Amino acid sequence: MIDGLSDIWVYLARDPLFGLTLTIVAYLAADRVYRWLGLHPLANPVLWSVIVLAGVLWATDIPYARYFEGAQFIHVLLGPATVALAVPLYRALGTLRRSWRGIAVALPAAVVVASLGAVGLAMLFGAEDVTVASVAPKAVTTPIAMGISERIGGLPSLTAVLVILTGILGAVLGPPLLTLLKVRDPRARGIALGAAAHGIGTARAFNESPETGAHASLAMGLAGVMTAVLLPLVW
Amino acid sequence: MLPWLALLLVFQLAGEAARHALALPVPGPVLGMLALLLTLGVRGWLKRDGDAVPESLERAVGVLLGHLSLLFVPAGVGVMTHIALLATEAVPLAVALIGSTLAAIATAGPLMVLMERRP
Repeated sequence: MIDGLSDIWVYLARDPLFGLTLTIVAYLAADRVYRWLGLHPLANPVLWSVIVLAGVLWATDIPYARYFEGAQFIHVLLGPATVALAVPLYRALGTLRRSWRGIAVALPAAVVVASLGAVGLAMLFGAEDVTVASVAPKAVTTPIAMGISERIGGLPSLTAVLVILTGILGAVLGPPLLTLLKVRDPRARGIALGAAAHGIGTARAFNESPETGAHASLAMGLAGVMTAVLLPLVW
Repeated sequence: MLPWLALLLVFQLAGEAARHALALPVPGPVLGMLALLLTLGVRGWLKRDGDAVPESLERAVGVLLGHLSLLFVPAGVGVMTHIALLATEAVPLAVALIGSTLAAIATAGPLMVLMERRP
């Protein structure tokens, strides 16, 4: 009986369907808890999905590569989702027309502080060259960051992880920090979250209000383009 | 839903093609996003009074972006493959990530408020 069950388990764990199902179920559970806790930043669904999934894979000795055979079907949707951001961005163009002065100053400043700040701090605290190159593009959305990392001599897969960690940090610490700094304007909150914490910050910003989310989408898109041009130039 | 997913993929593919052909530093999906933005802009300009975003596209995009967070989970789980490196470089990485993220948010938010304050 026990042997039969473990046979079924070994069989199921090999199926790509396993990684795909596990990811969606873990995310839905984490998202439910997030909503139940009133969208508290510390209950961030990306953070808790990753913790639960990494824990399950570690406990069951399933290598990441096998998990990813199934999870890649979710991962590839990042591409069309990035393209889809054109729609909220288009909606935000009206507000952009009214707040372009602020964005023209705040956004490049955030891009420089986020990328060169990370490079400077990593070097100061003695990180290896390849780690420094991997951390440089961490504030922009995954597909852009991995492309930049490869170009300047980093490890794209390490960059992907640092990007996610940055997004989680920004989504968790950003809203209370902005409130502490008395930044209440949804446009300013959106620009800060999108520029510093890309898609995860943007997802969080949409939880605050559609206007915050639209500004975060705009900041994330423009910050990605700016960083992709800036880093290969200064490297 | 499906035709619009196809449209998004076509824009992404066009972006990838343009990136390779012109050796641009910007990734394909971002070029695709800029191309779709331009398309919507032209459509809005041509239609003037009407809405440039078809309602069915709006719905398809809503489904995809409604669970944007989910799409980052598979890459995030990759953290387990870099545990050794993350452990040896934990201090510089933690300082770099936390320091620069907080600094960028503390720069952008107040600067934006300062610039947008009406005199």
